[in-house]
Amino acid sequence: MYVIERAAGNIATMVFTADTVWYAPFNIHYSVGVDGISIVMLILTSIIVFTGVFASWKIDPLPKEFFLWFCLLSTGVFGFFISTDLFTMFMYYEIALIPMYLLIGIWGTGKKEYAAMKLTLMLMGGSALLLVGILGIYYGSGATTMNILEIAKLHIPIELQYYFFPLTFTGFGVLGAMFPFHTWSPDGHASAPTAVSMLHAGVLMKLGGYGCFRVAMYLMPQAAHELAWIFLILTGISVVYGAFAAIHQTDLKYINAYSSVSHCGLVLFAILMMNETAMTGAILQMISHGLTTALFFALIGMIYGRTHTRLITEMGGLMKVLPFLGVCFVIAGLGSLGLPSLSGFVAEMTIFVGAFQHVDMFHRVLTILACSSIVITAVYILRMVGKFLLGKIVNEHHEHLTDATWFERISVVTLLFFMFALGSAPFWVSGMIHESVLPVIGQLIK
Amino acid sequence: MDYSSFLQMSDEFSLLTVMIFLLIYDIFAGEKGAKNFQPLALVLFSAHIILNFFPRDAFSIAGGMYQYVPIQTYVKAILNIGTLIVLLQAHKFLNGEANHHKKGEFYFLTLSTLLGMYFMISSGNFLMFFIGLETASIPMATLVAFDKYNRKSAEAGAKYILSAVFASSISVFGMSLIYGSTGTLYFSDLATLLTGTPLQIMAFVFFAVGLFFKISLVPFHLWTPDVYEGAQTNITSYLSVISKGAAVFVLFTILIKVFGHMVTQWQPILYGLSIVSITVANVFAIRQQNLKRFLAFSSISQAGYILLAIISGTAMGMASLVYFVLVYMFSNLAAFGVISVIEERTGKVKMDDYNGLYQTNPRLSFVMMLALFSLAGIPPFAGFFSKFFIFSAAAAQGYYVLVFIALLNTIISLYYYLLVIKAMFLNKSENPIEKVTSDTPLKISFVICTLGILLVGLFSTIYTQIAALSFGL
Repeated sequence: MYVIERAAGNIATMVFTADTVWYAPFNIHYSVGVDGISIVMLILTSIIVFTGVFASWKIDPLPKEFFLWFCLLSTGVFGFFISTDLFTMFMYYEIALIPMYLLIGIWGTGKKEYAAMKLTLMLMGGSALLLVGILGIYYGSGATTMNILEIAKLHIPIELQYYFFPLTFTGFGVLGAMFPFHTWSPDGHASAPTAVSMLHAGVLMKLGGYGCFRVAMYLMPQAAHELAWIFLILTGISVVYGAFAAIHQTDLKYINAYSSVSHCGLVLFAILMMNETAMTGAILQMISHGLTTALFFALIGMIYGRTHTRLITEMGGLMKVLPFLGVCFVIAGLGSLGLPSLSGFVAEMTIFVGAFQHVDMFHRVLTILACSSIVITAVYILRMVGKFLLGKIVNEHHEHLTDATWFERISVVTLLFFMFALGSAPFWVSGMIHESVLPVIGQLIK
Repeated sequence: MDYSSFLQMSDEFSLLTVMIFLLIYDIFAGEKGAKNFQPLALVLFSAHIILNFFPRDAFSIAGGMYQYVPIQTYVKAILNIGTLIVLLQAHKFLNGEANHHKKGEFYFLTLSTLLGMYFMISSGNFLMFFIGLETASIPMATLVAFDKYNRKSAEAGAKYILSAVFASSISVFGMSLIYGSTGTLYFSDLATLLTGTPLQIMAFVFFAVGLFFKISLVPFHLWTPDVYEGAQTNITSYLSVISKGAAVFVLFTILIKVFGHMVTQWQPILYGLSIVSITVANVFAIRQQNLKRFLAFSSISQAGYILLAIISGTAMGMASLVYFVLVYMFSNLAAFGVISVIEERTGKVKMDDYNGLYQTNPRLSFVMMLALFSLAGIPPFAGFFSKFFIFSAAAAQGYYVLVFIALLNTIISLYYYLLVIKAMFLNKSENPIEKVTSDTPLKISFVICTLGILLVGLFSTIYTQIAALSFGL
């Protein structure tokens, strides 16, 4: 529908908009609209929610409550991607926050209460910083409107931008696992139930990148130019540190969690490069990583459900016993490390080409350091796959496990399909993204 | 003298009528009449609320002693609805063995404090304000000690009356200093006469102590945990919401109307007090095991948030304040309602006793969850909107650092509210509290509170109506 609308010649920044006055004294409107980037994020969220539901077909206890909170979480995420009003966007961010606590705390595994509390408090901390940033943007731009597109046309004084850009960027950065605020992520992902991990790593961490893009960089471009170097260093550290930390882990979910820290750090890294190619690559990486990590968590959940252990030291040779799951796992791993024809390659290639377009030493050195993460990713992916899929069967109880059931196959195959589609024919997505990145680039160039 | 102008005080007169009617009915109705007392009282009080729901034009009586502006109708309406909810929740408690002969007195005392709050809100002169303050405080002490044979209630009552009288005396001393320096006690005359001389600043501080005591700001809060814990839960809920709500509104109006020219003096005082209140209360709340003390500290920190609106001093600040009191009323009364029904049936008020409450009492846990999330400021509940508007009001005047500190404290507050949620939903328990059935009036009160929490945020008409009538510096 979006494609048809654009093809018909609608070149407005946002299409399918709706706007109602909500709290007039504060100029708060409930206004929503989509552009190319929102659309692809919505598609990603829909895919992951769909596959997540299938991956939690047999959740227990209290399945009704689980899906209730899961739906509320999805509502928050969908609403975030379509809001074009600062207050509405913030409200949906917070709506997506609390269901995480209950979902992880009740249906999680391992040290779930600790992980749930840490995650909720740290994300709330991010939202606290964000609220100050939003109020600063609103009052700094003259307190006439809360609509993002309108504020972009107004000018915020540069001194105020210096205060509020770091606050807003860090606020969203906490959600995007920017070093050093990423510590909620490993414990959170590892303790969460499967569908929640999928949604969280696949979509929620992208809220951070989307927010940085749509709010921090779009509305405060001057400060973005001046202060980007600080955040480039921090996100560069996330990329490399996340990858190194993943090498050391023995728990499958922790490996994947640190891998998510690394890849989401790469998204923020690319956004901070502030040129067309890199930003398009950032959005592509958001989608690609979303699909890949959701696939990983789904598979890990299925394997955990069978072997009741997530430690790669205690498993081995599962490829012989679970061929379907094993092959899908290998493909997911190859996608994560950037094999061409899978989505990871497209995204990372675009990002690094865009990042290298900067001619100064600072950006180029950081880009090269970030590129090194590709190699480190290969190390931990191949180590993980080799340890528990290949080789000899370590535990004889594992010899009698059943392979994937019909609902598990649906979720896995769907995700694989989209990974291949994006990897082989990215133009159907990158066109949409590119034309929506242009307004933001226009702001940044001025 | 033209006494007919007194008839303009329609809310006070209708409340007085209800009170006297209930007193006479209680004295002269026999055993049979006593059974109908509570339904009759609730119906009469609801009629009183509906009669006084709509704002009228401003007027003043007795040369400015009693001054009415339209926003006061909304504030009084909020207090009325809160009192109605408290009376609904107290229904079963008052029909119990130990208390059914004291029903009439409970209603009369509660409504007297409400009448005192009406006078406090509509005052135009410090003497009228003082009359209102005392009328609101002294019967309150009686109510706190209502449960005569409970040691903790008696102790709470003693603590409350001694602290309240002490605070009121300091307040009167401040008022006398104001009279001494300006020669008048009428608000409209004082606005131009108060210029910020050292004597007047001292007078302001002494006067404000009385109100700070009632709002329970740090360091005037030491009575709050003990009194909240000792008093019977329904009375605690009345104290925490109605008494506090009236006092914050009065503080704001007096600061605007009387001390308007001394803005640069009182803003830093309130700035420091709000930071200290929010932080100290949050830190102390983390360790509380008794849920009534827990909510006491939480309400002290909520009072600190309300101060942010007062510091801004604008019309937006007043609108956010009234709206915040409304939302706070619904959330706090819901939380106390749950605590009161569980305490009454099982006698348990500790957080550990609430482990696994969801297994046996899912609906009560749900109401408690709504209330706690609204207090923490989580959307889509009304508490989120009220907190956002308070922070907006402060940020509009440039107080970003204060907003930042307040927001960091919301993280701490989310932690301790989640502790209760954790107990109810996450922790498993061998013998959770058994199924508790609520009687009809309590169910009605829960419905009102839940609808309030869920709808007040999403429908903007309530806020816009309040904002239309607000005024600032």
